[in-house]
Amino acid sequence: MIEVKHVSKTFKVLKRKEGLKETLKAFIKREYKHVHAVDDISFTIKKGEIVGYIGPNGAGKSTTIKMLTGILNPDSGTIRVNGIDPFKERRKYVKNIGVVFGQKSQLWWDIPVIESFNLLRDIYKIDNNRYKKTLEELVSLLKLEDIINTPVRQLSLGQRMKCELAASLIHEPSILFLDEPTIGLDAISKLALRKFIKEINKTKKVTIILTTHDMSDIDALSNRVIVIGKGKKLYDGSLSKLKKDFGGNKKLEIIYNKLEEIPKDIKIIKKTKNSLLIDLDGKNSSDVISKFVNICEVKDVNIYEDNIDDIILELYKEYNL
Amino acid sequence: MIGYLSYFKTRFNAGLQYKVAAVAGLLTQIFWGLLYCSIYQAFYSNTSIPDISFKEIITYVWLNQAFIALIYINVKDVDILKSIVDGTVAYELVRPYHLYNWWYIKLLAGKLSSCLLRFGPILLLGFILPAPFSLSLPYSIISFVLFLISLILGTILLCGILMIIHSVAFFTVNYKGIFSISCQLMALVSGFVIPVPLLPDIVKKITYFMPFRLIGDLPFRIYSGNIGINIALMDILLQFIWIIIIMIIGFSLMKRALGKVFIQGG
Repeated sequence: MIEVKHVSKTFKVLKRKEGLKETLKAFIKREYKHVHAVDDISFTIKKGEIVGYIGPNGAGKSTTIKMLTGILNPDSGTIRVNGIDPFKERRKYVKNIGVVFGQKSQLWWDIPVIESFNLLRDIYKIDNNRYKKTLEELVSLLKLEDIINTPVRQLSLGQRMKCELAASLIHEPSILFLDEPTIGLDAISKLALRKFIKEINKTKKVTIILTTHDMSDIDALSNRVIVIGKGKKLYDGSLSKLKKDFGGNKKLEIIYNKLEEIPKDIKIIKKTKNSLLIDLDGKNSSDVISKFVNICEVKDVNIYEDNIDDIILELYKEYNL
Repeated sequence: MIGYLSYFKTRFNAGLQYKVAAVAGLLTQIFWGLLYCSIYQAFYSNTSIPDISFKEIITYVWLNQAFIALIYINVKDVDILKSIVDGTVAYELVRPYHLYNWWYIKLLAGKLSSCLLRFGPILLLGFILPAPFSLSLPYSIISFVLFLISLILGTILLCGILMIIHSVAFFTVNYKGIFSISCQLMALVSGFVIPVPLLPDIVKKITYFMPFRLIGDLPFRIYSGNIGINIALMDILLQFIWIIIIMIIGFSLMKRALGKVFIQGG
């Protein structure tokens, strides 16, 4: 459905050095530096997938999203979505996509939310009955009943983001691009948003491409992740495989009363007076625990698994990002 | 089309919200109107100018103040400029409309709603003021009809010019300098500050090669009969030609801007 082949995008950025002399020099001779925001990236996404697109700041995530949504033209390579070139046939293409940029607003700030929705109905030429049905669904799913008549400028960030999501789905697009949709939201709003995103993916088969810095978003939403760094694709595959390859480290904490001697062949991370933090290093946790039970009085055990943040950090480290 | 129409209505209604601004504007316009009237009275008491009579000038002043929203160049649309600078324009590009038409409609709706809130009271005041300072009735019915047509065309032309000025924000980091300088110069040669007949000869000649006098100066002088019907018709034709030229420039400028645009941040 979405095919990206060898896509690159380079930006020319003016080099500015400090100091008056350099500033004056820049009047005569300007120096540019070329930033490879996206460098030879290829992937395909099938209908109904939720794909998490992650990478550190400046990795090229937003640039990719902007190329996929037809805002930017790639310097080389091709993008085809259902056979359409997003940039060349922008106005035809965008009827079929919804976009949320978490840091920007698509609602008109000086009019009530519902008027923004009505305006979108006319922009997308949606049949009125169909519009009413979709609107009703979105309003009840996102619980917008109380805020729909409020001017956008008076909404909280969480409320606004819900309305942004509704606005991006009012024309029932088959692809939804979410660029950092949970940025700045509190825990409750985040959970509500994730639940909603899952729901529409399931019921309406909307393909979702999501960029975020919040790894719990990815954990909760997508089974496939694409990791990019410095414009290059580093990983593309399932989240569980990523966890296995780059994380999967389990740690065991044993709290005991008295320990005479620490068993051999055990990797200790941290030791205190009555506890040990052990790197399991692939060993079976029950084996290790039973070893300890034999030699001391074990009061409690805790097992820690690498969370996704650690895994991503591990991945970045591997590629020197 | 229905989308554009709906957007026009929304923007027009949103513009009508700003009633306090309109009242403040009204008071300012009345103040300026009276001030200009007194200045021209002093000016005309010693001299007579063959190009435009005192009565015509007073009419010019009141029409200028009443329809200021439709003819004043130096008004930026903060929403448009902000969206270019901070990248919100990205959202405009994921919608199935042409950005030129979209912003043009926003400018036009803003001008019309702003005018609707102001022009009535000022015209009324102009008509009820005592003799030397009063706004005269149109020179003839035909003059009045031509005045309306040229005022509408003038507004269409103004929005086209504003589109070009606003597009410049795509190409510079800080639009403010170029915006203020160019708008002041354009206001000067448009007859907004001093009516074209009172400008020095050399400046007057320059204005005839530019579209700016066709925005406000032309309709106000048609109204008072200062410009006769034959010349008025020629100038209205000229308005059409300039509208086409300005729109082609604005359209291609925007096309160029969007081709090379890169949206920063986020």
